[in-house]
Amino acid sequence: MNTSNSVLNINEIRNQFPILHQQIEGHPLVYLDNAATTQKPQAVIQAITDFYTQCNANVHRGAHHLSDEATRRYEKARDTVANFIHAHDRKEVIWTSGTTEGINIIANGMAQRLQSVDEVLVTEMEHHANLVTWQQACLRSGATLKIAPIHDDGTLDTEAFAALLSQKTKMVALPHVSNALGTVNPVKELTALSKEQGALVLIDGAQSIAHGNVNVSDIGCDFYVFSGHKLFGPTGIGVLWGKEEVLQDWPVWQTGGEMIATVTYESATWGELPNRLEAGTPNIAGAIALAAAIDWFTSLNLSAVQAHEQALMASALEQAQAFEGLTIIGNAANKMGVLSFILQGCHPADIGFLLDRQGIAIRTGDHCAQPLMRRLNLPGTARASFSVYNTLEEVDALFIALKKVQNMLA
Amino acid sequence: MNLPSSQEIIEDMAFFDDWEQRYQYIIDLGKSIPPIDESLKTNENLVRGCQSNVWLVSTERDGKLQFQADSDAVIVNGLLALVIAVFNDKTMAKILDFDINGYFKALDLERHITPTRGNGLQAIVAKIQAIAKTKM
Ligand SMILES: Cc1ncc(COP(=O)(O)O)c(C=O)c1O
Repeated sequence: MNTSNSVLNINEIRNQFPILHQQIEGHPLVYLDNAATTQKPQAVIQAITDFYTQCNANVHRGAHHLSDEATRRYEKARDTVANFIHAHDRKEVIWTSGTTEGINIIANGMAQRLQSVDEVLVTEMEHHANLVTWQQACLRSGATLKIAPIHDDGTLDTEAFAALLSQKTKMVALPHVSNALGTVNPVKELTALSKEQGALVLIDGAQSIAHGNVNVSDIGCDFYVFSGHKLFGPTGIGVLWGKEEVLQDWPVWQTGGEMIATVTYESATWGELPNRLEAGTPNIAGAIALAAAIDWFTSLNLSAVQAHEQALMASALEQAQAFEGLTIIGNAANKMGVLSFILQGCHPADIGFLLDRQGIAIRTGDHCAQPLMRRLNLPGTARASFSVYNTLEEVDALFIALKKVQNMLA
Repeated sequence: MNLPSSQEIIEDMAFFDDWEQRYQYIIDLGKSIPPIDESLKTNENLVRGCQSNVWLVSTERDGKLQFQADSDAVIVNGLLALVIAVFNDKTMAKILDFDINGYFKALDLERHITPTRGNGLQAIVAKIQAIAKTKM
């Protein structure tokens, strides 16, 4: 669909999300927890229904009509993902259950290859999914985990990052966008620096994938991972993208059906990409529905999407800065999707609860980033996170409700 | 500072007609709960499964249990006061027998006692009852 000249009609977009049209505690739902998971448009819900009503069958197996049709839709979904993220080849798209599994596939393979003199570099702003995995891979292999620090404003200290890189660095893993702070990292530059030292680079794209254009070829990384559920798709499906030359002999993750070439009682040989990293019956409906989500998303004018989200963020920042007693956590100039804050004298859990009573859904707590919270010396934050279907009125509603929270807790 | 009894709480709460008044009451209750001593805020006394830190301390006197609890979130503190009001200075048998779900239902606060809420009130009640069980 060519809508490249149109601006966004947010009401029309909202109308495609059945869940948004409900009352919570007598208030219209204001959903600002999009960094946790996004809502699903009708096109995605319909794709799941269509699959189960029209062509449910196992893929790659049956010599029958339904199986052929299921396989066709499932493999077409892989093409949709490959095009969306600008992969060189569809073989480079591996279905996973989500970001977490994607990172685990790489971390487990890495653990088999790391030597005790080697180092793995992550940052101080990791989600536990991109921290504990590497910590455990290092514990198993005897390698050393290095942590690149952040500045107080929540941006990465790129000088310190560069100084921590050396020939010993075999793996660098970092987020494209921080889920707790909203900081956008200069992933292309950081990847180039890491590659100079010969390291493999994994980008955690969980928080960037639903906000516009991700181009893995341009970034130059080796692996890019994300979850379907944060991209308007269902839970239980995600993507590990990896360069073909790196993935083709990557240590297999799970073994079993679909991923083998030949099997005897004594041994087995592995199939080709992508199957060698996809053991067992996959989440067929999930993959097809994720492709429907991408089709839906890319039917929008993506630069208009970005402009709209920037307007939401600008309004939120302006109101936050004017709000007495509020401190914004994470002040990077380049921020995406996430506004994290604390209110003087108010515990984040109390804020979240009293906003919920007013129909406003945000997230509170440590955002799966305990070491980051410790670094910032905070028990947690309140986090509002935006998506394309949010409106400026909803941003206003957040701050009106927040005023009431502050008065109640005062 | 004397906390109200469970009967007083039920009567007070019945008096309010909107959520704001009800939660203002819980917030005020939470602020009036005496904080526990820093030295008692140990890992052992920490109740897991809560979005905020919650510490629970118990003592035993004349076959009855006394409880003190503290949280860094004020609404949780208020809810703790509601829980302590029914369990404090009761025999182990009474503690194990009490219909906590019915009580929260009477207060129209069932949502807090469902295991899905992150505030872990369920975990606190479970811990109180586990303490009572070991002392029987
Ligand atoms: C930055 C980041 N990484 C990883 C994850 C984990 O994603 P999932 O739970 O979908 O595997 C998240 C989800 O919150 C995230 O925000």
